[in-house]
Amino acid sequence: MSATGYGWLVLAFPFAGMLITSIGWRVLPGRLPGWIASAAIGLAFLASIGMLIEIQDRPEDARALIDSAWTYATAAPDFRVDFAIFVDPLAVFMCLVVSGVSFLIHVYSVAYMGGDRGYARYFAYLNYFVFSMLLLVLAANLVILIIGWAFVGAASYLLISFWYRRTTATYAGIKAFVINVIGDVGLVIAAFLLSDKTGSLDLTAIFRRAGEVFPQDDVTLVFACIFILVGAFAKSAQLPLHTWLPDAMEGPTPVSALIHAATMVTAGVYLIARMHPLFELAPTAADVGAIIGTATLLFAATVALAVTDLKRIIAYSTISQIGYMVLGVSVAAYSAGMFHLMTHAFFKALLFMGAGSVIGAMAGIQDVDRMGGFRKAMPFTFVTFTCGALALAAFPLTSGFFSKDDILAFTINRGGGYWVLAIVGYIAAGLTAFYAFRMVFRVFYGDPVPEARELEEGHLAHHDPANPMTGEAEDTDIGFPGPEHHIAERDWPMKAAMGPLAVLALIAGVVQVPGVSDAVENFLEPSFADSRFADTAPTVGAEWVGLVVGGLISIAAIGVAFRFYLRLPGTTDRLRERFSGVHTFLVHKWYFDELYDAVFVRPAATAGSFGRRVIETDFVQGVIVGGASGVVRTGTSFARAIQTGYLRAYALLVLLGVAGLGLYFLLTSS
Amino acid sequence: MDVVWFLVLSAFIFCIGAAGVMTRRNPLVVLLCLELMLNGGNLALVAFSRMNGGQAGQVFALIVMVIAACEVVIGLGIIVAMYRNRLPIDVDEMSELRG
Amino acid sequence: MWFEQVMFFVAGIGALAGALGVVMLRNPFYSVLALVAHLLALAVLFLLLNAQFLAAAQVVVYAGAVMVLYVFVVAYIGGADELLRPESGAVGAVGPVFAVALGVELCIAFIGTGLEAIDTRGPDVGGDFGTPSQIGALLLQRFLVAFEAASFLLLVAAVGAVVLARRRRGLEEPPPRREADAPVETLEVRA
Repeated sequence: MSATGYGWLVLAFPFAGMLITSIGWRVLPGRLPGWIASAAIGLAFLASIGMLIEIQDRPEDARALIDSAWTYATAAPDFRVDFAIFVDPLAVFMCLVVSGVSFLIHVYSVAYMGGDRGYARYFAYLNYFVFSMLLLVLAANLVILIIGWAFVGAASYLLISFWYRRTTATYAGIKAFVINVIGDVGLVIAAFLLSDKTGSLDLTAIFRRAGEVFPQDDVTLVFACIFILVGAFAKSAQLPLHTWLPDAMEGPTPVSALIHAATMVTAGVYLIARMHPLFELAPTAADVGAIIGTATLLFAATVALAVTDLKRIIAYSTISQIGYMVLGVSVAAYSAGMFHLMTHAFFKALLFMGAGSVIGAMAGIQDVDRMGGFRKAMPFTFVTFTCGALALAAFPLTSGFFSKDDILAFTINRGGGYWVLAIVGYIAAGLTAFYAFRMVFRVFYGDPVPEARELEEGHLAHHDPANPMTGEAEDTDIGFPGPEHHIAERDWPMKAAMGPLAVLALIAGVVQVPGVSDAVENFLEPSFADSRFADTAPTVGAEWVGLVVGGLISIAAIGVAFRFYLRLPGTTDRLRERFSGVHTFLVHKWYFDELYDAVFVRPAATAGSFGRRVIETDFVQGVIVGGASGVVRTGTSFARAIQTGYLRAYALLVLLGVAGLGLYFLLTSS
Repeated sequence: MDVVWFLVLSAFIFCIGAAGVMTRRNPLVVLLCLELMLNGGNLALVAFSRMNGGQAGQVFALIVMVIAACEVVIGLGIIVAMYRNRLPIDVDEMSELRG
Repeated sequence: MWFEQVMFFVAGIGALAGALGVVMLRNPFYSVLALVAHLLALAVLFLLLNAQFLAAAQVVVYAGAVMVLYVFVVAYIGGADELLRPESGAVGAVGPVFAVALGVELCIAFIGTGLEAIDTRGPDVGGDFGTPSQIGALLLQRFLVAFEAASFLLLVAAVGAVVLARRRRGLEEPPPRREADAPVETLEVRA
């Protein structure tokens, strides 16, 4: 089968899985929906491998294939809207990462979501999400790209508000969706500008013509690229459109792992990488992307130092790491950025899975301050979580080490102002290592908390179901989490998912060791062959220098964390008191939510209530509706007043009529 | 006498009857005033019949008399029913058919 | 000739007096009597117009039967004096004005009309103008439908009157008399 044939299969399997689980949700017993969904994604992964093999069989310059299934409309010979997929190394790479990590997360969810009343619905949504993500990745024209983009946003909303009876979850879903829509608008405007100027919706045609139509740094192109960035930042939770991602932790933990760590949030990075010919023609926009990526990664790293909800620490870590990826693809380190995307998918999904296991042991509590000493009770989770944390911290020789420092080396190599970005990147890398091990030491070391003690004795702790953020009491019926709590030590699907990811988090770096094996770079090269920065890659020596610097920073930061948390416990409390102002600022996430609330939400709410009170109630209902009916009523009340019921008045009216008629005839006949 | 005198007289009778319908409150008297109006009409009919030389007007007036009789019968029946149901005999009190 | 004119004026004044009496007398019984007088005057006027049968019918049927019926009902009802109340209302004040206006209009219409024969006595009619035989022949030939319909109407009216005024057996006592604000009071014996 050809590569594009496999491409259609990659799309078809998750779609079929979604249909089966959603239509047959009543008849599929027990955990069968979960296994069906996982099988669908597993088959999609196999099809991606098929795509990979087929692509690699072809000569290097013939690895970009387009296949169109159905043409919806044709306006001009070039301006076609068709359902077409574009298979090239970048797309295949993304398909492999997305389907592979999704498969493991599906397996994890089979156990994690057991006992939840919405089990089949969950897997239907999850398959729908994977289908949408793959559609986005394989899109050959702007229309399919936008469709996939929107579907992914919808899937995110559905899954964030999965436990829909929790008001915090529904609010978080709405927040995510609204911010996503802002990004959608940006993307659509960019699509319009591009298709208008280049006369085509097809991605390859746009890239080909962009060089002819747009001079360097043309204003329209810069604006189009900035709108693309708006879309990318909304989807990837970069400043200033990042506020939805921490709140999206209201969704189930595997959802956080899949959508908000490994795949959906990386769609923005993929978009910038895919649109790289345009960004290279508009360096201003690329610089904007790099600066915002850097600002984001520093901002998120600082906030992750202070927040206390375990999932939110990991969420801010995600925002930060995606900042690295955005920085990477904005400075034309495409393969480095994509490589970091892959390793990040591994270790971030692993961290979330581990967090899910810990939260299961804590019977739903997510507050890091209430956790401690789980090392003995949950050995498997401890080991895998630490593997993920090491990769996140870019500890030497882990996958994160090679990928993150690759980006920073590239950035330095661009020279000039990029040095500043690189230095900020290194600073944030230090902070990242610190908070990664903040999590490890807080959760697994120290005195065992009661829940850990209970687990050591052999039974899972149990608390009354409550909202982890607000503490409101809940029940375990549909719309809320189920009554069961699952940990990796007891449920083999969770182990089966976390184990491979732990291994990958540690060793996946071997595919891109500078100077030794440039597998990723070589694989992706055909996609980025037209990049004008293709030859600005740093030398192997420079890369190794960067790697060493990064490794040292990482080890040093882990050492500091070790000191603060293990050697001198209480240090962080003292620091918190001493720098209470800074701490408050960080815990409130630099007051972004409050700022947006004051600038956007309150005025909108005021406008809305004004509209309801004044315009709707007073004006429309009062004046227009009430006025119209009032006029009619007043008019008719005059007419009604004639019907007095008094006989004599009627007689008078009759007489008046007769007299009137007589007068009329008198006058007309004379 | 010229026919026109009779017609003027009939007009006067008619208008006096109309004024009575509008002024009086006792339904019996109102009915009587209605009779006045009918008689005014009858007089006009007969006068015109005499003017034209045909007797159709007289037949018309005869039928009008029949109708007046029927109407009186029914009207009085209503008034008797009112009296029987102890309602006040006053047209202004019978005002429930109103909008 | 002069006899006719005199009779006309006498009967006319009588008719008008009767009419005014009907309208203005307070006691309904007196109003009925005034109407009877009016009807008789009208009968005389009919005679002046060569409508003998009609005059007879007027006296016998109208004044003789219908008014007798009226008298019975007035006696039954009680026919108390109607008090002059200030709340005769706007209708009571305005009504007569419009009635006068209508009267003026009609007079203008009659007097100023261009009808040819209206200023004459009318054509010479024979002796059997207005005789019962003539009226009868017309009723049975040309105006048969009207005749039959009128008789049917009489039947309906009779049945309706019986229905309206019958006493219903088995019903509870009629509700106590609802007194309006003293328009129609029974005669109080004042000390």
